[in-house]
Amino acid sequence: MDTEHLAAGRTADVRIAGLSKVYAGAVTAMADVDLTIASGEFVAVVGASGCGKSTLLRILAGFERPTAGTVEVGGTPVTGPGPDRGVVFQDYGLFPWLSVRENVAYGPSRKKLSKAEVAAVTDRFIAAVGLTRFAAKYPAQLSGGMQQRVAIARVLANDPSLLLMDEPFGALDALTRTDLQAELKRIHVETRTTVVFVTHSIEEAVYLADRVVVMTGGASHGVPGHVQAIVPVDLPDRDVTSPAFNEVKRQVAELVHTVPVAV
Amino acid sequence: MSTDVATVPVAAAVPTAPAEPPRKGRGRLRTVLLGLPVPLLFLLVWHLGRAGEWELPFGIRMGFLPYPTDVAAGLANYVAGIRDDAFSNLLWEDLPASALRVFSGFALATLIAVPLGVLMGRFSTVNSLFDPMINLFRPIPATAWVPLVALLIGYGDQASIFLITLSAFFPIVLGTISGARQVPERLLEAARMLGTTGVGTLLRVVLPAAAPAIVNGMRVGLGLAWVILVLSETTGVPTGLGSTIFLARDVVQTDQIVVGMICIAVAGFLSDRLLMLVFRVLFRDRPLIK
Ligand SMILES: Nc1ncnc2c1ncn2[C@@H]1O[C@H](COP(=O)(O)OP(=O)(O)O)[C@@H](O)[C@H]1O
Ligand SMILES: [Mg+2]
Repeated sequence: MDTEHLAAGRTADVRIAGLSKVYAGAVTAMADVDLTIASGEFVAVVGASGCGKSTLLRILAGFERPTAGTVEVGGTPVTGPGPDRGVVFQDYGLFPWLSVRENVAYGPSRKKLSKAEVAAVTDRFIAAVGLTRFAAKYPAQLSGGMQQRVAIARVLANDPSLLLMDEPFGALDALTRTDLQAELKRIHVETRTTVVFVTHSIEEAVYLADRVVVMTGGASHGVPGHVQAIVPVDLPDRDVTSPAFNEVKRQVAELVHTVPVAV
Repeated sequence: MSTDVATVPVAAAVPTAPAEPPRKGRGRLRTVLLGLPVPLLFLLVWHLGRAGEWELPFGIRMGFLPYPTDVAAGLANYVAGIRDDAFSNLLWEDLPASALRVFSGFALATLIAVPLGVLMGRFSTVNSLFDPMINLFRPIPATAWVPLVALLIGYGDQASIFLITLSAFFPIVLGTISGARQVPERLLEAARMLGTTGVGTLLRVVLPAAAPAIVNGMRVGLGLAWVILVLSETTGVPTGLGSTIFLARDVVQTDQIVVGMICIAVAGFLSDRLLMLVFRVLFRDRPLIK
C-alpha cells in the first residue's frame, strides 16, 4: 500500500506500575501489573482468554479506571479516554451513518484545521490503507477486513501518540489477516507510533512485535491476571517459516501455557 | 421503578404504509387489485343502506347519511366550488389554517421533546427529574384538557396549538428516550477515544444513532396532531378543517361533515408522507442503525 506519504506521527512512552483491577462483583481481573513501553515500540500482549488483556488495554484507553496503580502515557497520567490514545476495536466501532471518508475525517474535523487540511489528512490515510476507491461507501457496504482498515485509518488520521488494538484481526479470515498484519507493520515503520496490540495468536504477536508480553492467570484460574514474562523478539526479518521465528514462537507458547500459581 | 418510560412500544403505532417493502410488477398489481374489492363493497353497502334506510346496530340510522355521490359532490364543491354555497372553495382557507396549527404544534413539540428525550435517555439524573412528571401527564387525554385550556388560554389559535403540542409531545419524547438509551456503547467509546466530549457526543453520536427511534416518535406525534385537530378547533377558531365540520353539523349538512372527515384523513396521510420525504432529503441514503 501507499504509505510513503505518511508523516512520522506523534509517539509516547507508557509506564504502568502496580496496576490492579477489581470489577464490581469482586472479580479481580488483574493484579500488580508493571510494564514500561518505550516510545515507538510495538508491544504485543498474548495470553489465554480471561487473563486481563482487554482490561489492561481498556485502562490504557481510559475506558476503565484502575483499582490500584498508576498509568502514564507520555508522562501524563491517564484519567479518561482522549485523542492521544487511539483504539482499534475487534468489532471496528465505525459510525454506520458516516461514509468511509467521513469516518476517517471524524478526528481531523474536530481539530482547528482548514477544510483543505482535513481533506488532505483524510485522503492520505484512506490511501494508506488502500481504500481510496471506496471512500464514498458506508461501513455496512464493506467486508470485515475493509472495515478494519477504515478503523485503523480513522485512528491514525487523529494522530495519536499511542495506538491500542484489541484483537483487531480476530474476526477476519486468514488471508485478510495476513494482509492487514503486513500493512500494519509497514504503517508502524512509517509512523513510529507506539503500539500495544492484544492478540491470542502467538504467531501474529511474534510477527508484529518488538516485545511480546505474556499474561497468565485470570479469574477462572483462581489467580488474578498478571504479566508472566516479556519476550523480546530479536529477529532482523520476520520470516514466519524460518527456524529462528519458530523458536521464538515456541518459547512464547511455552510461557502462555505456564500454569499460574496462587500467590 | 421510575425508568420505564422507554419501554412503551412507540413504534407499534407508526403508520404502516410507507414501511412496506417495495414491490414491483406483478406483485404491485396484485396488491392494488386485492386492495380494491373491500372499499368498493363498502361504498355499495353504504349506497344500498342509505337508499333502504337501514337500521344498524348501535342505533345507526343510515337514512340520515348522505349518498356517497352526495359526498363526492360536496367534496368537489369544497375543493373547486361546483355549487355556490357557504362551503364552496373553503378547503383552500381551511387546509392552510389547520395545517399551520398542526405543524406549529408539531414543531414546538419536537423542539422540546427531542432535546429533553436525549438528555433523559443519556443522563439518569435528568431522567429521574422529569420521568415522574411525564408519567403523570401522559395518561391525561387531550379531551380532558379542553375545558381547562378554555379557561387558562381562552379561545383561539393559541389554545388550539397548545392542545396539538401537548398531544404530539409524548410520543416524540418517549421515542427519543428509547433511542438515546439504545446507542451502542461501542460507538460512544469510539467517539470518546477520538476526542469527542459532552455536547459533541450528544450531537454527533447519540442523535444520529437514535434517529430511527426519533423519526418513529415524530411520525406518531404528527399523526396524533391531526387526530387532535378537530378537538383543538373546538376552541372557537373560525377557519379550519375541524371548525368547518362543526359548522356543517350546525347547519345539518351531513355530506359536508363527511367531506371534512375525508379531508382530515387525506391531510394526515399526506403530511406523514411529507415528513418522510423531509427525512429522506435530510439523511439521503445514509444507513441508520437497524
Ligand atoms: N466489565 C466487567 N465487569 C466484570 N467483570 C469483567 C468485566 N470485564 C472483564 N471482566 C472479567 O475480568 C476478567 C478479565 O477479562 P478480560 O480483560 O476481558 O480478559 P481477556 O481480554 O484477556 O480475555 C475476566 O474474568 C472477565 O470475566
Ligand atoms: Mg479480550
